[in-house]
Amino acid sequence: MQAVTLASPAPDPRRRSFDASGKLTVALLFLPPAVLLFTIFVMLPIGEAAWYSGYNWNGFGPPRNWVGLDNYRFVFDNRAFGIAFRNNILIIVVSLVVQLPLAMALAIILAETFRGAVALRMLFFLPYILAEIATGLIFSFVYDGDYGLLAAICRLFGVEAPHLLASPQTSMLAILIVVVWKYFGFHMMLFIAALQGLDKNLIEAARIDGATRWQMLRFVILPLLKPAIKLSVFFAIIGSLQLFDLIMPLTRGGPADSSQTIVSFLYNFGVTRMRIGFGSAVGVILFVGCVVFAFSYKRWVLRDE
Amino acid sequence: MSDLSHASSRFDPVTFYKALFLLAVALFVATPLVATVLGGFKSLGELRTNPFGLPLNWEMEHYASILFSWRYWELLRNSLIIATLATTLTLIVASMAAFVFAHVAFFGSKMLLSYITLGLLFPAATAILPLFIKVRDLGLLDSYMGVVLPQVAFGLAFSILLFRRFFKDIPHELLEAALVDGCSYANFYRYVTLPLSRPILATVGTIAFVQSWNSYLIPLVMLNSESLYPWPLGIMIYQGEFSAEWHLILAFITLTILPTILIFLIAQKHIVAGLTAGAVKG
Repeated sequence: MQAVTLASPAPDPRRRSFDASGKLTVALLFLPPAVLLFTIFVMLPIGEAAWYSGYNWNGFGPPRNWVGLDNYRFVFDNRAFGIAFRNNILIIVVSLVVQLPLAMALAIILAETFRGAVALRMLFFLPYILAEIATGLIFSFVYDGDYGLLAAICRLFGVEAPHLLASPQTSMLAILIVVVWKYFGFHMMLFIAALQGLDKNLIEAARIDGATRWQMLRFVILPLLKPAIKLSVFFAIIGSLQLFDLIMPLTRGGPADSSQTIVSFLYNFGVTRMRIGFGSAVGVILFVGCVVFAFSYKRWVLRDE
Repeated sequence: MSDLSHASSRFDPVTFYKALFLLAVALFVATPLVATVLGGFKSLGELRTNPFGLPLNWEMEHYASILFSWRYWELLRNSLIIATLATTLTLIVASMAAFVFAHVAFFGSKMLLSYITLGLLFPAATAILPLFIKVRDLGLLDSYMGVVLPQVAFGLAFSILLFRRFFKDIPHELLEAALVDGCSYANFYRYVTLPLSRPILATVGTIAFVQSWNSYLIPLVMLNSESLYPWPLGIMIYQGEFSAEWHLILAFITLTILPTILIFLIAQKHIVAGLTAGAVKG
């Protein structure tokens, strides 16, 4: 035993200086920037939103005028908030019922390799990369009653051009079309990535067993895509809840608040009027909505993965 | 697998309907974009009579008047400064933190990671008013940094997760061998991890850049001076001034989305890889 110890050339660990590998140093130097930035600009403001939401405050001086839960009552009593809430639900429904099936159908076609498939994938993904503001402006041109593309199509058929964005009945319809236009490509790409990761043997086996195209889709491909579908639903819902940038160039939430979303409501009623308490209450409601949704989704839907 | 490849040999109705469907969607996506680019070359009158077709006579002066204006370049300069700062900061801060999360196990590291991952669950809009107060109290209102820091902070969770996954795939034996040879963790990060991580740096960097470049709400709330406005704020003002002169607005839109489209064409592989990372392996 002794001979082994003597012969060993390895340095005595106690003689190496403390933390020679720099493990501790790296943890102490590399983590704080991220943790601090995240704490100061993300977590603290969320906490402060809960605190500010109990005050009637315009942002000047310290908040003094404690009003308890009044701000929340004002939010829920506000007619525009009700519309905004309903619109957000509508956007989620359209995302799930129109956008996801469309994205899935395109993904199944475009996951195969044929001439032009890659170019089409890129074309369909392009709207997702464009700024919401630019997209909104492009579509306010499309919908323009005098110069717009829609008006031109209507004239072609001899129909009077509708002013979609100017009417409370149609403003949300116009926005929903833009939402589908802008985001279906992202979901399509999710599905294509998932399809390309599938086990080809399973599909080949089904083909050899004589499955029809429909059976293949229904009993092989869709079940295998379940994880991607769950992820896509998650993104669609979280994304729908924060829709704002698109609304501003198209309608600013109008006419008569008909196209308000929760975030545009927060902006129009809280930020522009500097009602910090009221706006914070809206923010807290949205935050609770997002977090409760995310955790229950994780708990109930994503539990297998 | 490829149904379309032997389509030429025999007429297949399914293939036909697929092609028809693709064509319809392609028209739906491309028409507004093409009409926007072409619209900038038309006169207002022609825009009304001929919104879809090629311009009868190409009017260059709309694009030229914007390209020779101080305003356009100022907006691009501001956007470029903000997006570059945000990207650089994201790459440095997120990769350092992810390196620790990937390679150094310490008490509470899992909890700290879950803490930062909370940032994935809610958008900046939820805390925009307190964020405004915070930036004001730090004296950063109406400055580039007042926009950059919140943007970076809200993108951190996603960036750290992407980096960490990549770093974990770097063989652990490499780190052990380096440590035995007396290399420190910090040097390993600097001389081994970073040079090996070019693909993920490109992915995270491109996504951070595009997100900052397109961002609207944070600069809208944090900036007052028009001379600091990034292009999404500037274009909204421009649209307010020229509300009915669509040919000018369309030219302006085209010139501001051009950089995004260029970045997209150059880096599309990285963008798609990063954004769909979750789909392949949950």
